[in-house]
Amino acid sequence: MESLLPTELWRNGPQPGSLYNFPGGKIAGHNEPVKRTMYPIVTGTSVLGLKFKDGVVLAADKLGSYGSMAKFRDLTRLLKVNDQTVVGAGGDYADYQFLTEIIEQRVIEEECLNDGFGYTPSSLFSWLTRVMYNRRSNINPLWNTYVVAGWQKGEGFLGYVDKIGTAYQAPTIATGYGAYIAQPLLREALEKNPNMTAEQAAEQLDRCLKVLYYRDARSLNKYDLAIITKDGVEIRSSIVSKTNWEIAHMIKGYE
Amino acid sequence: MFRNQYDNDVTVWSPQGRIHQIEYAMEAVKQGSASLGLKSKTHAILVALKRAPSELSAYQKKILLIDDHVGVAIAGLTADARLLSNFMRSECLNSRYAYDQPLPVSRLVAAVGNKSQVLTQRYGRRPFGVGLLVAGYDAQGPHIYQTCPSANYYDCKAMAIGARSQSARTYVEKHLDKFHDSSLDELVAHGLRALRDTLPSDVNLTTKNCSLGVVGEDQNFMIYDDEQVEKYLKLIEGEERSTRATKEGPAEGEEPMQQDGEGGAPDAPPTDAQQPEGMDQ
Repeated sequence: MESLLPTELWRNGPQPGSLYNFPGGKIAGHNEPVKRTMYPIVTGTSVLGLKFKDGVVLAADKLGSYGSMAKFRDLTRLLKVNDQTVVGAGGDYADYQFLTEIIEQRVIEEECLNDGFGYTPSSLFSWLTRVMYNRRSNINPLWNTYVVAGWQKGEGFLGYVDKIGTAYQAPTIATGYGAYIAQPLLREALEKNPNMTAEQAAEQLDRCLKVLYYRDARSLNKYDLAIITKDGVEIRSSIVSKTNWEIAHMIKGYE
Repeated sequence: MFRNQYDNDVTVWSPQGRIHQIEYAMEAVKQGSASLGLKSKTHAILVALKRAPSELSAYQKKILLIDDHVGVAIAGLTADARLLSNFMRSECLNSRYAYDQPLPVSRLVAAVGNKSQVLTQRYGRRPFGVGLLVAGYDAQGPHIYQTCPSANYYDCKAMAIGARSQSARTYVEKHLDKFHDSSLDELVAHGLRALRDTLPSDVNLTTKNCSLGVVGEDQNFMIYDDEQVEKYLKLIEGEERSTRATKEGPAEGEEPMQQDGEGGAPDAPPTDAQQPEGMDQ
């Protein structure tokens, strides 16, 4: 009887009718489901950019939020790519670091060609747009919004790309919560004074970041600022905005 | 059957340090009709002599459009040129798609060089049998590049390739210092004169056998054929031809290659005892 119903086909082999389990390997079909990022972990908030007469200013605060906790208070979210290009990032900080390494490696490889050509703001912006759209098309987006700022062919460049590959260029850009709070302020400021100097533009960003600090619970009053002109990139690190909470006690009902 | 025992494959060296298959491929370029490229500070142009393989067929295209800012003139195997130009077109399109900017000409030519090099090092393959003159305009100005089956490429002020092209090179060497500040018309006139020098004395440039390609600052690459070259041919019409061209002996590449010279001693030295091309000595 036993010989008619073998428990396995050969020694350590599979049961009759089942598949052999190769040692150390998984058989296709026994894998876990594919996992994807469903939400960002450590996040950066708004990035602000503003074109002025002979350049562009770009600013992002230094906070890395872990959910609603203000966990990392000294992160930099501005990446200087070369002497004419800076990228600012909001969203998942790990994804930003991942892309930073790719960009830096590409810049090195391009420098090695030593042919006098390098990334321009618009070429980097185009490439970033392709990457972001391709990632979202594979249902595996980089959870970021990027702002590319630079100086090219005698004029400023300012472009926006987000995690689904939406891309546009504009004279003022604000991402995240800043799109609601800072964008109208920047547009109004630019309309009032279309020929701002670098300092006036930096002042406007400082003002907007301060307003954001009052209203955006994921923000910090310490930020990095990049000024890109024909002379290159100047980065001012860890600027602290003076704030005034004197009237805060008058706001009731949110305790 | 073989000229010597060291030319069976592209991976085989001769004891003299030459790779005969590559040198044969270089010869193929000399069999194509002449092409010429030159540049001023604002433009790069190509002129080429078209041939009709038979009375019944049309003249073969010699200048091909690659992208808005690049074109090539060819000499050698047309089929290989079509493959290469297809590759170059897709490289240019990829650059525009990914980086929203035209591919720098130096990078395009380097890509062609890398592609050609593989064929000079793998057994069972053959080098391309075509030489290209690449004319392009990018952020660094106008360029003329020459590419070879040997996978070498050269950045040139002016260059001519193909049958009897030595006469054209002689012309452009003589007038080299005039090109930089030339207007487009002057440049084209120089190009046509140089091309005319490659012709036997009883043949002249016509709208049928002459092709012109122009690219420049704010000017996309454009090919002029047939009646479109007439106004340029008028520029040099009636001018006396250089005497040197008519005196020149038989065309250097017109006779077929000696492929089955019988009784050739093993590794007989090649007929022209010049340095192997591309050797850095």
